This record gives sequence, C-alpha cells and structure tokens, in this order.
Amino acid sequence: MERAPYRACSVWRKYRIEHAVCPMSLYYVQKLLYQLNRDPTVRKRFDADLEDLLGEYSLTGEERAAIVDGDIGLLYVMGVNGQILMHYAALIGQEWDEYIAAMKQGVTDHGPVRGGLYTLLEDREQ
Amino acid sequence: MSLVFAGVCSHAPGITGRAKRADPAVRDAFYANLDELRVRLEATRPDVLIVIAAEHFANFFMNNMPAYCMGLADEYEGPIEDEDWLAIRRTAVPGNVDLSRRIITYMLGEIDLSYAEEWKFDHGIMVPLNFLTPQYDLPVIPVNVNCQGPPLTTLERAYEFGRVLRRACDAQPERIALVGTGGISHWPATPDSGVINEAWDRDFLDRFINNRRVELVAYTDEETLRDAGQGGFEIRTFLTVAGATEGATGELLFYAPIPIFAVGCTVAEMTVQQA
Repeated sequence: MERAPYRACSVWRKYRIEHAVCPMSLYYVQKLLYQLNRDPTVRKRFDADLEDLLGEYSLTGEERAAIVDGDIGLLYVMGVNGQILMHYAALIGQEWDEYIAAMKQGVTDHGPVRGGLYTLLEDREQ
Repeated sequence: MSLVFAGVCSHAPGITGRAKRADPAVRDAFYANLDELRVRLEATRPDVLIVIAAEHFANFFMNNMPAYCMGLADEYEGPIEDEDWLAIRRTAVPGNVDLSRRIITYMLGEIDLSYAEEWKFDHGIMVPLNFLTPQYDLPVIPVNVNCQGPPLTTLERAYEFGRVLRRACDAQPERIALVGTGGISHWPATPDSGVINEAWDRDFLDRFINNRRVELVAYTDEETLRDAGQGGFEIRTFLTVAGATEGATGELLFYAPIPIFAVGCTVAEMTVQQA
C-alpha cells in the first residue's frame, strides 16, 4: 500500500465522520452537478442558458466561477464528491488521467480540501 | 422457493471503462472468474436476481438519502453514465414489481427500508450485470445501501438487513439469486484513485468468506476510512450478503489488486444452505 499512514487521532476522526455535513453552498454545487449528471433536460439548459440554470442554485461567486470555468481542481478542493465530480469532468471532455491530474493540481493551487467527506481523509501525515 | 444463490463481485467503472489499460493477464483472469460466477448463478436457475449495490449519487442524493432502498418496478434502465465512458450500452433491464412488493412488505415487518418505483442503474449495478446477465434477460431487483454520504447505516444493521432479506426471500415461491457488489479498500475518484490496501482486503475477505459475523461488524468507520478509504464503506454490501448466508461459508474465486480499475477486484460465492 503506497498511501501515507494516518496520524493517530481516532477520537477527532470519529467526531468528524459523525459530523461530516456539507456547508450549505457546497450542497448546492453538488446538487447542480448531480442533476446535470442524471437529467438530460438539465444538460440541455447547461448548454443553452447556463446563467439562467445557475441562478436556481444558491452558489457563492467562487463556486459559480469554478462551474462555469470547468475548474475540476477547485471543485475538488471545495469538497465536491468525486463520484459526482468525475462525471462532470467526463462531460466537459476530460480523460481519466486529466481528471486525476486536475484534482492534484487543485490541491497544489488552492490547498487542502475544505469541506465534505474528503476532509476526513486529510489526517494522514504528508 | 427461497434464496438459491449468493455471491459478491466488484463494480468499479474502470472494470469496463478502462479495460484496455489493465494488465491483460490479470484482467482476463478476473473476467474469467466473473464468468464462472455467471455459470454458477445460471446453474441455480434463478427467477430473479437481487443486487445489493452501493450507488453513487445516481438516484439518491443528500436531499433525501435512504439508508436502504429496494426497487419496486417492472423495468429499470442503465447505465446512467455516459455509455462510452463506461463502455456499456444503455438498455432496459427487466424487474419484477410483484416480487419486489412481496419482499418489501415482508421486510417492513422487521426492518425499515424505502422503495423506489423509478431507478436508473449506475455502474454499481451495470458493471456486475454486464458480466452476470449479459443479455439482460434475468429480472433484477435493485437494493441500495447508502455507503457514500455519511451518516451511514451501521455494520451491525447491514448484516441484520441481510438476515431479514433472507427470511423474506425464503418466504417466496420464486427461486432468488443474490449478488452484493462493492469495494473493498479503495479511494475511488480521488487523487488517491488506484491505491489499494491488499493486506486489509485479504483480512476482510477471510472474515467474509468464513462469515465470522463478530469480526465483520467489528470495524469502526474511522478504522475503515484510515485503512480502506471512503470506498471501504461499501463493505456494507458484503455484510448484507453475509447476513443473508449466516451460518454458511463461501469460496473466494478471485482477488487481485488492479490499480487502473481502482479496486482490489473480487469474485466470491457464498454457500446457500437450504432450511
């Protein structure tokens, strides 16, 4: 196993697992991408009138820009679940290796994941 | 009649979508064992296949996330993902609404679960079906265990869900097959995609194949996250199959880490003892 070991902080990790609730705006970023992944009518609106579609979700300016720019790295750092994000990456034409590289670049550019499930993975020693 | 077959297999989208990038020798050995599972499944002449899946935000989202949900429809469709991305063509998959209703009704007497009359299968079900029912001619009843968005059901509850499912199946006249599909250790769709903890997987599989319930439910989520990644939460699907075959052991047909598939690829059959 090539992954770095975690620090021994099981009590804190347990607390964070039990309290891994998304910030509200991250919830809407993920909701938009979830609906984009599964609903062809939302995909049509994404192509035809993105501003109108984005207006229906409670997003920060940074979140809105990351979606418009297709900034997979920043969306990952914001905390978007990869099971949602990988389909958005495919939708905007990223191959698998590009998708993985974009997430790594996102961490390099913007720092550790800020919200959601993956913050729980960051207790490992760097 | 009753439950007639039980097994588990992996479902990672890379198994089909990135097939050409895997070591052909290991990949083909994995595929051969998936086909062996298909042969064994067909030999039991099932009327329906229940798939215990850990879907990935295809039908269920954090606005309304059931811990357990069973399909209640005569037809499903999949994959929900891009066909070329998954390398599986979109198709209709037959269901069995009458049997679903009877199983759900039975189970609700003992344990809570939701139902869904509409369900688009994602890779978590379509990849197993691609190998186990390649003609999509066997009716399927999908079951989802939330393994993606915490808070999650406990491992004890996942095992108990399997026990209740078994009693529900044994109360029906149909011949019912059961396949669980999930992890084991993996960090899918993250920068750590491709990392696999083989030692952890093999220890888990030893507990699973020998159906040692106390050891299977002993993992805490923080331990699983540390050693097996967030993808390790999907062991719940294995535990449900173990609960449905409590008292019996199984046979590990195949296990090998295949990093480009982002998971330790697993195929196993559990013995189904008739009452």
